Amino acid sequence: MLIAALRKELLLQWRSRAQFMAVFVFGAAALLLFSFAVGPVAEMLRQFSAGFLWLGLLLSSTLTLAESFHAEMENRALEGLLLLPANPRALYYGKAIANWLQLILLGIALVPVMVILYDAGTTRVGSLIIVIALGTAGLSAPGTLYAAMTAQVRSKQTLLPLLLFPLIVPALLASVKATSLIILGDPMNQSSAWIILLVAFDAIYWSLCGLLFGRVVEE
Amino acid sequence: MATSADVDAKNLARRYGRRWALADVSFTLPGGAVLMVAGPNGSGKSTLLRTLSTAVRPDGGSARIGGFDVVREREDVRKLVALLSHASYLYDSLTAKQNLAVVADHLGRSRSNIDALLDRVALGRRADDTVATFSAGMRKRLSFARVLLQEPRVAMLDEPYGQLDPEGFVLVEDVVRELKAGGTTVIMATHQLARASAIADEAMLLEAGRVAWRGKASEVPC
Amino acid sequence: MKRNLFWLAIALLAAAVYFGLLVTIGDQYLHADLSLGLPVVARTLVAFLGGLAAVVILLIADDFSNLSRPKALGIAGVVFLLIGSYFGLFVAPPEQFMGETQRIMYVHVPTAWFALVAMTLAFAAAVVFLFGGNHDWDARLEASIEVGVVLAFLLCCQGAIWAKPTWGVWWDWDPRLTTTAVLLFAFLGILALRKFVDDPHRRAMWSAVATIIAYVDVPIVYFSVKWWNSLHQQQSSPNTVSKPFWIPLRANAFGILLLMMAFIMLRSRITALRLKHELAPPPALDEAELGEAV
Repeated sequence: MLIAALRKELLLQWRSRAQFMAVFVFGAAALLLFSFAVGPVAEMLRQFSAGFLWLGLLLSSTLTLAESFHAEMENRALEGLLLLPANPRALYYGKAIANWLQLILLGIALVPVMVILYDAGTTRVGSLIIVIALGTAGLSAPGTLYAAMTAQVRSKQTLLPLLLFPLIVPALLASVKATSLIILGDPMNQSSAWIILLVAFDAIYWSLCGLLFGRVVEE
Repeated sequence: MATSADVDAKNLARRYGRRWALADVSFTLPGGAVLMVAGPNGSGKSTLLRTLSTAVRPDGGSARIGGFDVVREREDVRKLVALLSHASYLYDSLTAKQNLAVVADHLGRSRSNIDALLDRVALGRRADDTVATFSAGMRKRLSFARVLLQEPRVAMLDEPYGQLDPEGFVLVEDVVRELKAGGTTVIMATHQLARASAIADEAMLLEAGRVAWRGKASEVPC
Repeated sequence: MKRNLFWLAIALLAAAVYFGLLVTIGDQYLHADLSLGLPVVARTLVAFLGGLAAVVILLIADDFSNLSRPKALGIAGVVFLLIGSYFGLFVAPPEQFMGETQRIMYVHVPTAWFALVAMTLAFAAAVVFLFGGNHDWDARLEASIEVGVVLAFLLCCQGAIWAKPTWGVWWDWDPRLTTTAVLLFAFLGILALRKFVDDPHRRAMWSAVATIIAYVDVPIVYFSVKWWNSLHQQQSSPNTVSKPFWIPLRANAFGILLLMMAFIMLRSRITALRLKHELAPPPALDEAELGEAV
């Protein structure tokens, strides 16, 4: 059933690819605005580039995550699936994986923006992609759970970031640090510690949220 | 081919905020029978169907479908029941065919019946159009196809005639007769008393969340 | 709650106070040995376990019916805080390196302990609710979170008050304090969530889920902030207090423990009353004819 859920998710995402473009533009605009906060000082911008990238990604993720449940709620399609019966855990993982893939794509798409605006290039592209994958996994797992919750209440826009942001602090710290080390250099090989932290965070939350999802979508 | 399952409700109650949509509903329905549920707006018809199909949990009382308890054995009840709800349960951005394919995939069934089903509900020509382009009546037909795809033993239809044109009305009655012939139990909540009493066996009148009257469909005044 | 259980909790607390506080006072000021032969380690253990057991009993056994008991606990808590403040401000000598500013530790350290305890109680309530569905535990959850939020907020304020004269900045990114700040926001979010959900079953279920998720994060946040900070500055947060200064610390600890339990018990009662109203069964036929349920 996970395959069925995943197929549906990817199909829905493909149908709403215009939305992805809009979120990308939002993220790129955010990166531009961050540079205004610092000023056109190339060296400082480069120092903070990893932080800006991940903050931009975090802000954009709230849009992606909220949107992922829009289609489920407008005609109560999620309830329809649960009544078939569909396994809530499969539905969760399908949605979380689809969101994760979209966030990875978003992260990768924002890298060139970062490189250009902040002069923050790197040759270690593979490592960068791995960090983006692990970091966005950390955003997607709890984010999908909370998006499911907040899609069902009023004031959903404020509630999702309010719940999600404090929670993902470790993933944010680790991602920013690891990315920063990739861009600025890692003479003492510290990045492995941060990668391990990300892996641990992802492992814990991908299992925990999967277990708890059923409680969140049932009446 | 579905075989029948009987329905047994005792003192069902369900509230929304301070309002008791269902206050105390008890009834039994033998397997394979067709029950029509009538009543004024706000009398609890939709809530009753949603409670029996496990879409919501009752706040009081209990119910068994085919012997399974709707609270404790929810998964088993869901395997027996299909609900035609006010909400269409459809994905607007997907086509009619894709919507049914999603259901078939999640049920682990093959997709081969889908074309025939779409023809059955007169949506064959619109199979590859996105649901966003559908009228309310067409969405209702697609929701019907969705119910049939599940091959339920108990079908719960909430306002099946709603938004349909006269041909749609005939479709509803054909479908109900077909389900009944296959042994499926049917509960339909409706305002169309005259038409429904022609195809139903039993009838129930709800008022303010309670059963006001229960009898044979032939006895319904209309 | 049953009288026996309440008095058992009081007895455990009394034992904790005796071995944790009174023995030390007797030792230093009365030059009398009240320890009953127990070595220091055993005394500390008894105090710790006794206090913990009392907290657990008070939480589980309280049926929200009696108002005077939590109020009595609260008054006792204030008394202990007064004792602790007196000793901490006037009796204890200034610390070797930091001078007078160190005195805030006498209230800062206990607040830190009990902010974490309150959050742990919330986590326990969430787990119990998730498995049992008993709404009494939802009431306890809401109360524990609120009290925990207040303690966490106080902790951050105390941290800032200490940091400014010591380091010259209001916030020194100490891992424990930063974790508390993150925790504060997480639990404030849960309180906000509760306000936006009307259905009591859903509200209870979602708060329990969110509490579990947030609490599991606490150690992870702590370690990540610790590593993050350690790359930049080496700081010590003098938290160890040498022997002569245990008295104000422990007196304040008991004070905060009692106040925390008093507030949790009182606050649970308020939530429980509201839940009772929200979860009432359908009215009988006669009442229904009068209109909607009251």
